[in-house]
Amino acid sequence: MGRGRLSDAYTSGVYTPCTVLLMSIGHTLLGLLESGPRHGYDLKRTFDEKFGQDRPLHYGQVYSTMSRLLKNGLVEVDGVESEGGPERKRYAITDAGITDVSQWLAQPEKPEPYLQSTLYTKVVLALLTDRSAAGLLDTQRSAHLRMMRILTDRKRQGDLADQLICDHALFHLEADLRWLELTAARLDQLAKVVAP
Amino acid sequence: MIPEGSLLAAHDLRKTYGSTPALDGASFSVHPGEVVAVMGPSGSGKSTLLHCLAGIITPDSGTITYAGRELSAMSDAERSALRRSDFGFVFQFGQLVPELTCVENVALPLRLNGVKRKAAERTALEWMERLEVDDLGPQRPGEVSGGQGQRVAVARALAASPKVIFADEPTGALDSLNGERVMELLTEAARSANVAVVLVTHEARVAAYSDRDVTVRDGRARDLEHAV
Repeated sequence: MGRGRLSDAYTSGVYTPCTVLLMSIGHTLLGLLESGPRHGYDLKRTFDEKFGQDRPLHYGQVYSTMSRLLKNGLVEVDGVESEGGPERKRYAITDAGITDVSQWLAQPEKPEPYLQSTLYTKVVLALLTDRSAAGLLDTQRSAHLRMMRILTDRKRQGDLADQLICDHALFHLEADLRWLELTAARLDQLAKVVAP
Repeated sequence: MIPEGSLLAAHDLRKTYGSTPALDGASFSVHPGEVVAVMGPSGSGKSTLLHCLAGIITPDSGTITYAGRELSAMSDAERSALRRSDFGFVFQFGQLVPELTCVENVALPLRLNGVKRKAAERTALEWMERLEVDDLGPQRPGEVSGGQGQRVAVARALAASPKVIFADEPTGALDSLNGERVMELLTEAARSANVAVVLVTHEARVAAYSDRDVTVRDGRARDLEHAV
């Protein structure tokens, strides 16, 4: 597979979450710079504190993102300090950067259509191969509830930020569960539709 | 067939209303201090299961054992006494006595158990404080919000130091925020007092406050956590 073909294989369906995350980091760091210039280390610490949760930023991510923002004219170097150690750049947001953040905030996130579900595929395959689709749905239901319990526990012990983040996940899991219930109630009907 | 260490256990319960089977071989158990959610679609038999477990209705067949005693071997009077002394109840709505103040409502199970008024109301207020409704003491149920009323009901369920609380859709009439707070307070209070909770709900977010869930479908109860 050549380089061109390899990039073709990076379909949005497979890599969307990763791409969104990378885009969001840039905009988020830019947004954090609006309150005043900061060093890369400060940016990482603030990002982790406010948005990192289970996924703190690597230093490499911060510096590669800042290089990109610098190259695109969205930030500028406000000063360089060394104080006996390695050089530390202090970054400031530019007018173009402020415009970029405003545009990003004003742009609604694309609602996820959820049209390609592995679960749906599994249910249909189970029906086609005479395996227990009801059992599959029950096992999945149980796994979902287990995760909901973990998140509820974390929510109970966490601060408001934790509660909001967990609620977001809980509502999505609850939606999945409703689908599992509805599908369980329609299995006989579905079996007839997908029968060869 | 009683799971080891269980406080309340049912085995192979069957109950029919006319020609409609409500329970068709349901089994269930709960340990002291454990919160178990009973889930299932409407009409699956989950409320019938709760009512059988609480001794409110008698199953056609099957056994229910509470603290080593067989429920079906008890007389109606003995079961009533057991409900007063060892069980607490929280329902969706309409459970508080409208003529009594909130503190009198919470003190009611204690009064029925023979505790003197002052002592009963003192204990009631302690539970109301725990449920963050101690300021509602002199008000009547009609004067408080749905969420507050439900917390008063939880305080009442806990006031007589029960061993098991039966909660049937306790947040069914509340918005998400109030419902979640009621669940937080109910499960925290129950766990710290080592009270078992049998929680009937069709909402996954409410069931997520439990330690374990059991699904009732077509009158049969399934425990997937333990089946896997």
